[in-house]
Amino acid sequence: MTEPSDPLISIRDVSKRFGTFKAVDGVSLDIRRGEFFSLLGASGSGKTTLLRMLAGFEAVSDGRIVIDGQAMEEVPPHFRPINMVFQNYAIFPHLNVRDNIAYGLRKFRPTPAQREAMVDEMLDLIKLPGYGNRRAHELSGGQRQRVALARALILKPKVLLLDEPLGALDKQLREQMQLELRLLQQKLGITFVLVTHDQEEALTLSDRIAVMSKGAVIQVDTPTGLYERPKNRVIAGFIGNMNFFDATPSSTGSPQVDVQGLGLVAVNGRVRARSDGATTLIAIRPEKLALHSEAPVTGGVAGVVQALQYLGGRHMVHVTLAGRDTPVAVALQGGQADVTLTPAPGQPVWISWKDDAVLVLDAD
Amino acid sequence: MSGRSHSHRPNRGLQAYAALFMVFLYGPILIIPLFSFVDALYVRFPIEALTFRWYGELWRREPVIDALGNSLYVAAIVSVVSTAIGVFAAKAIARNRVPGTGAIVTFMMLPLVVPGIIFAVAILIVLNRMGVALSLYTVMAGHLVVCLPFAIWSLLPRFEGFDPSMEEASGDLGENGWWTFWRVTFPIMAPGIAASLLMTFTVSFDEFIMAFFLSGTQQTLPIFVWGQLRFPSQFPSILALSTLILAASFATVFLSLWIGRIGLPKAATGEIPK
Repeated sequence: MTEPSDPLISIRDVSKRFGTFKAVDGVSLDIRRGEFFSLLGASGSGKTTLLRMLAGFEAVSDGRIVIDGQAMEEVPPHFRPINMVFQNYAIFPHLNVRDNIAYGLRKFRPTPAQREAMVDEMLDLIKLPGYGNRRAHELSGGQRQRVALARALILKPKVLLLDEPLGALDKQLREQMQLELRLLQQKLGITFVLVTHDQEEALTLSDRIAVMSKGAVIQVDTPTGLYERPKNRVIAGFIGNMNFFDATPSSTGSPQVDVQGLGLVAVNGRVRARSDGATTLIAIRPEKLALHSEAPVTGGVAGVVQALQYLGGRHMVHVTLAGRDTPVAVALQGGQADVTLTPAPGQPVWISWKDDAVLVLDAD
Repeated sequence: MSGRSHSHRPNRGLQAYAALFMVFLYGPILIIPLFSFVDALYVRFPIEALTFRWYGELWRREPVIDALGNSLYVAAIVSVVSTAIGVFAAKAIARNRVPGTGAIVTFMMLPLVVPGIIFAVAILIVLNRMGVALSLYTVMAGHLVVCLPFAIWSLLPRFEGFDPSMEEASGDLGENGWWTFWRVTFPIMAPGIAASLLMTFTVSFDEFIMAFFLSGTQQTLPIFVWGQLRFPSQFPSILALSTLILAASFATVFLSLWIGRIGLPKAATGEIPK
């Protein structure tokens, strides 16, 4: 196995300008061998431009892309060890499924028997045996997507690029294809680079995710990392619930912030006191908050249960705190020690948290 | 379903109008094939006897065969050249939307609306100045001007509907520009190219004004027909010739429609399991 220090794709300070517009702005990323890597961002965030630069359809304005030790500047798309699944799949309409899948084999001059064997193997892999003679327009969206996959994978690329491959499918099919895509990637061990705007898709599929916004990479992390240590409010809101609090850095200079409704909160020394005293944003996951029916010995904040939400297997308790408009959500795991009874609306409660549950987010 | 709605009821008046319209427009054309079979020198009723002899006479006259050969030669070359130029022009217009594209397209379409005689005279003056002798090649040059708009006109919609990611996919799968053109672009465009070939061939084959000004000693078929109108004794065989041209034109149109359907989606066959 190759070490993580030897990335398959190395992107260094890469920028792309269209006229005066910077679509990609100084991005550096390492993508490891065999990794399922996602570029996640809204439209216009530069993720597709970055993908197209990897494929070679767009030239790099600044910076360097190295794939498997080879610099890519002068390498046209048809010589890159990369294949791509296009957003609309781009299945050739004048060819049947078999000829679509075999399209890239011409250069390898296989014998007809080899060609047929390779195509059959791919048809089995994408679970469409017997569909070889169909035309593109005789296939459903999900089938087209599989043909596009097979057409790329038959060339045994080092990297497979996927440009919003599931966007055109309905929800049920999309979830099924997500699972198949993940299993396929694990089976083949090929590095996948996926572009998506769907946070859930990125989180369920990927080993690591680069979150992009306005042409820059904001955070690169595992799905767990993005959940546990989000850098800003947008990432923090990707999955699950989150309690956000406006906070003012404490004037004492100690690692504390003054939070409306919570009082002074210790923040692991991660917040820099800003000279202008502007508010900063902190966040706590509902499941990191503990609920008590009696005042804890230290550090509890008193509140009143406003509402109770049953979420299947667990409850979400919304607690109103003095001096704060938005109630705080507390996730109640089954069998939490301090709560013997499910709290009723109107009941006085106390919430507490550990210091490391408090996340300090970037301004934006 | 219940009976026809009000707006779909047959309208006797409109039907009669449509029938009259068709007779007025296309009726005169039917005179030509009809009298090409009549055993008389002049077009007049009642018809006394029918004959095939005008057709027989046609094939015994060498100038007819020569003119036909010239026309086919000119039309073949003009259709191939104008379609080839049209492919590149249409691709450039569809892909590279730059300021001024609209003006350029309008300029290229000018020969459709500018009277042919103006273009013909202009080209004749230039050729005279350059000292180029008139021949079938100068006719071809004139026909190229006339045919290019038709080529672009039949190719441009296909290129505009062509998904550029098809070509990118081909590049991604390892093919360079040359192979991508022959393996993806050309096959997808083939019906449009065939339509353009047939269209420009017909336009060139039928063209009169350019050929009139720009031909030398070798005549094309329309020029020959026009020249023969001066001789009453030749008239019936000209009718026979015109009938053949008419039939060939119809055949070409139906052929182009048939070819145009090739490669288009057939109705999807049955239900496709997931």
